[in-house]
Amino acid sequence: MFRTFRVIVGRDLTLALRRRTDVLTTLFFFIIVVSLFPLGVGTEKETLRQLGPGVVWVAALLASMLALERLFEGDFRDGALEQMLLTPQPLAMLVLGKVCAHWLLTGLPLVLIAPLVGLQYHLADESLLVMMLSLLVGTPVLSLIGAIGAALTLGLRGGGVLLSLLVLPLYIPVLVYGAGAVAASAVDMAHVQPFFSLLGAFLLLALVFSPLAAAAALRISVE
Amino acid sequence: MTSKLYKYASPATFYPLAGWMIPWFAVLAAVTIVGSLYWGFFETPDTLGGSNPQKEYYRIIFVHVAAAWMSMWLYVVMAGWAAIGLIFNTRLSFMMTAAIAPTGAIFTFIALWTGAFWGRPSWGTWWDWDPRLTSELILLFLYIGYMALHGAIDDARRADRAGALLVIVGLVTVPIIFWSINCPDPNQCAALHQRSSLGNIEPNILGAMLGLTFGFWMYSFATAFSRIRTIIISRERDAEWVRQALETKR
Repeated sequence: MFRTFRVIVGRDLTLALRRRTDVLTTLFFFIIVVSLFPLGVGTEKETLRQLGPGVVWVAALLASMLALERLFEGDFRDGALEQMLLTPQPLAMLVLGKVCAHWLLTGLPLVLIAPLVGLQYHLADESLLVMMLSLLVGTPVLSLIGAIGAALTLGLRGGGVLLSLLVLPLYIPVLVYGAGAVAASAVDMAHVQPFFSLLGAFLLLALVFSPLAAAAALRISVE
Repeated sequence: MTSKLYKYASPATFYPLAGWMIPWFAVLAAVTIVGSLYWGFFETPDTLGGSNPQKEYYRIIFVHVAAAWMSMWLYVVMAGWAAIGLIFNTRLSFMMTAAIAPTGAIFTFIALWTGAFWGRPSWGTWWDWDPRLTSELILLFLYIGYMALHGAIDDARRADRAGALLVIVGLVTVPIIFWSINCPDPNQCAALHQRSSLGNIEPNILGAMLGLTFGFWMYSFATAFSRIRTIIISRERDAEWVRQALETKR
């Protein structure tokens, strides 16, 4: 079972690295959105420091949502997805593999670049660290929840807009506690722990349930 | 007994039954809503609360609370029908889910809207990012998301099943709304939504509130049944019984 998981992750990573621009577009979308806000709301240090956590998190939300469309779409188009549905391996495991690869390609780069964009908002050093960690725990949840939406809207016209309508409401808790952790770290580092406990709980719940739900959604969409 | 009930799992037999029930529920809804509104407006105390009482404007509570309860309850009912549909593969259950959704969305909207009108005179704000307000807004998004997904898929079977799965996934928000009170002790802070228990409410206010909830519930039955009749007709338009049913109507 874990071999299938490894194979799927390896395959998706190889496929994506053959077309590197896809990975970079998500990353640069994130950077551009984050850079737009200071130009819109003004460049005062205090304002930016307050806005920073929320803006970075919202941008991460949008970036990971935009990347979702590609999660199953390619495999659906060329028929590989149907073959996956026919394999004797548990579909939820395959889905988990695909989500994992997807996160490595679209979520992890955001985590790594976050301190850099945080500097644009004059965040303190420990806040940068908290932001990185909160994104590290939070973005996998986004990918996992998003997989359900991506599976449900597979192959629909106007799927992208519809996907955002389905997925963004479910992203809200992650946004609240992710951005909340960074904002709390600016006040006192000791207040950060409960936020991470909740984010961790979201991650565990999503890890268990969302591959199952996404697998069920794929079966509905492809049959 | 059960086999008689199962008979109504078929759209062809449920269609006339729903048609027969609609006027009953509609009349019951009209009577209880008008009655409870009269009770709430004229037979209850003029003020609400202890140290800092609210004046006449508190009476919007009857519509506000009843609509908020219905918005959550209808979502649970939708999820229940969605689950039954996915498990037993019954078409009528999915139609029920689709028929309830607009009513639930309307009640969610009414709860938010009356909340804004209540918040303005009593707390001086139309909107506050109170946890319960926020989670109720998410519920509205979920209703709209379900209707958008259901409407975007042309194939009826896939639309039903995909929508059902989405409703069940969204069910996680209902307990969050229910317990979303950030102020466990009303003496400590002044949040918009505070913990309360039904036993502490003045009996007349509680009676009117429960009466209006019952009326809204009956209204939901009436609208959901009339909507499901439309859905049945449009889905089964090629079936023989639909042609016969429409012929006899004429």
